Amino acid sequence: MFHALVAIKQVPDTTNIRIDPVTGNLVREGVPAIMNPYDAHALAAAVEWKRKLNGRVTVVSMGPNSFITTIREAIELGADRGILVSDRKFAGADTLATSYVLAEVIRAIHEQDPLDLIFFGKQAIDGDTAQVGPGVAVRLDMPIVTYAVAIRAVDLDDATVVVERKTERWTEVVETPLPALLTCEKDIAEIPFAPLPDLIRSLRYEPEVWTMDGPITFDTEMIGVRGSPTIVYQMGTPPLPEPGEKISAREEGIEAALAFTFKKAQEAGVLQTMIGGAQ
Amino acid sequence: MTTRRFWVFLEQELGHVHPVSWELLGVARVLASQVAEEAAAAGDEVVVEGVLLGHQVRAIAEMAIGYGADRVYLMDDPVLEHYRNCPFYMGIEAIATKYEPEVFLIGATTLGRDLAGAIATSLGTGLTADCTKLEMGDVKGASQKLLLATRPAFGGNIMATIVCRRHRPQMSSVRPRVFPAPAYDPEARGEIVEESLDVTEEGARACILEFIHAKEDTVDIEYSDVIVSGGRGLGGPDGFALIKELADAMGGVVGSSRPCVDAGWISYAHQVGQSGKTVRPKVYVAAGISGALQHKVGMQNSDFIIAINNDPNAPIFEVADVGIIGDLYEVIPAMIKEIKARKEAQA
Ligand SMILES: Cc1cc2nc3c(=O)[nH]c(=O)nc-3n(C[C@H](O)[C@H](O)[C@H](O)COP(=O)(O)OP(=O)(O)OC[C@H]3O[C@@H](n4cnc5c(N)ncnc54)[C@H](O)[C@@H]3O)c2cc1C
Ligand SMILES: Nc1ncnc2c1ncn2[C@@H]1O[C@H](COP(=O)(O)O)[C@@H](O)[C@H]1O
Repeated sequence: MFHALVAIKQVPDTTNIRIDPVTGNLVREGVPAIMNPYDAHALAAAVEWKRKLNGRVTVVSMGPNSFITTIREAIELGADRGILVSDRKFAGADTLATSYVLAEVIRAIHEQDPLDLIFFGKQAIDGDTAQVGPGVAVRLDMPIVTYAVAIRAVDLDDATVVVERKTERWTEVVETPLPALLTCEKDIAEIPFAPLPDLIRSLRYEPEVWTMDGPITFDTEMIGVRGSPTIVYQMGTPPLPEPGEKISAREEGIEAALAFTFKKAQEAGVLQTMIGGAQ
Repeated sequence: MTTRRFWVFLEQELGHVHPVSWELLGVARVLASQVAEEAAAAGDEVVVEGVLLGHQVRAIAEMAIGYGADRVYLMDDPVLEHYRNCPFYMGIEAIATKYEPEVFLIGATTLGRDLAGAIATSLGTGLTADCTKLEMGDVKGASQKLLLATRPAFGGNIMATIVCRRHRPQMSSVRPRVFPAPAYDPEARGEIVEESLDVTEEGARACILEFIHAKEDTVDIEYSDVIVSGGRGLGGPDGFALIKELADAMGGVVGSSRPCVDAGWISYAHQVGQSGKTVRPKVYVAAGISGALQHKVGMQNSDFIIAINNDPNAPIFEVADVGIIGDLYEVIPAMIKEIKARKEAQA
């Protein structure tokens, strides 16, 4: 039977982030927490293949207790089992420590109930690093296909998957042995409307919570702040550039504004470039 | 004496170098110079080195020397003809384990991101993504200067400087066009060191069955000299016809702010900014763009910026060399006319 796992993260909806103009601090209140959009599409793809191949989907998330809402949302979207990996000792993890914890959890699940495909989002929109997926693949010694936009075929007998991945230059059609890890673009699958039974189940669903106390053990040197080689050394607001010169087309007329623009362009040595590149 | 190695991954596909490789050689040279004094005092040597994997790509190694590499490690093998994660990261892991670089820079392209996370994990070190500023600086408690890697955080509202104290190499990915390319010096001398790959075709664990080249819009705004970008101030998708007309007159390409892409007025390939492309053209025109931070970080390194906006307080004017306060639907047609007239006068 087909078994897929999806790593999902809860993120602040960065399209709603604001900075307090007085203190320069991040305003967290009222910023909704959502399932990382790429992960939601990855989950949709996992559920689509679970339905095609008659299998199951497990979701895993590492984070504080509040992430339970995101796991319930995953159940609503068709996941069968949800695991929250949560312990205060995991706090402060950078991508290396995060990939360690996720890899240990996925390894344990794989040993209980072998996995065919592991889905990650392309990146988490709170940090945009795109590092955790490749990190987990290395730790599990599994092949990885990043930037997946479509799954063409999953062959459980041959243990292969054919995936389309989109790079800056072209789209590649890649065949890779199973189990494999994919990091997904939004094109991988449309997010479906939740069927009623899944919706009802999600309301009462209690995810398993895995901690430092079990069911598996973690190396304390590899987790949280201690397991994170990078630290935030400084935070600041971006420097303000020097303002340029303004001219009002309304007050001085369009002609004057353009004459001013072309004069400035000439002084900057870009006039030829501006009028079509002829030297 | 130890050798302090500043490494750059030289990205190529089918023998075409990604220019970010040269940009990073330029930055690596600056970083190396920032530790020159400290290294001289300690009797250490400082070098900038490139790492190149591929098949029949020796010519690129030679070019890298012209762009500032003292030495290039070249892994040339048929398994490396097309980029695949496993053989590339394993090959680099082997070279890095052998030479122990201090700093390792990789382009934040689709290929570079796929690779960087794998290498950092296999080497068990820290990686900072999408850095916009790099510097070797003193950090309290460190015996040597460390890489201070600055990147936008929280949707670009805050800049965070990240350090990697004890683990090596200190790795960063950097987007194309964040740094200028250095000049090519045909006289430069350097060494090419051949390394062999210990991964077979089976070990690659991926087989590329097909390449599909997009028929859709594949505008390459990153390396254009002139970009004319439109924003929500266009009022609708039709506004891009006027933007295109100006871009054509100037011999440039069309860019966009994010809301226009989200609204489907234009394709994502045109998006400038934090979640789009970083650009540094000779001339950048921003029309009907307010100048949110996330847009500015993608274009503020342009040589000459013209902003057209009817709100005199629009933040875009803070980065513009020339700010025209006015309606873009009046200013742009006049500008097109003026450009055409000047062109004719020259012909
Ligand atoms: C995580 C994150 C990532 C983001 N990434 C990006 C990114 O990559 N790129 C990006 O652009 N944005 C990005 N954004 C969005 C960004 O914050 C802004 O919302 C966006 O840049 C605003 O686009 P705009 O300037 O086109 O629209 P608006 O802010 O609505 O500005 C429109 C401007 O047009 C002017 N105007 C209106 N009519 C006219 C007229 N007739 N003539 C002249 N001027 C006129 C108005 O005065 C106004 O200044 C990101 C946001 C987040 C949170
Ligand atoms: N704390 C986490 N819990 C579960 N999955 C995660 C977590 N952090 C990252 N991921 C996964 O890794 C992907 C890439 O994240 P990032 O490398 O942080 O951009 C996300 O899309 C998720 O699939």
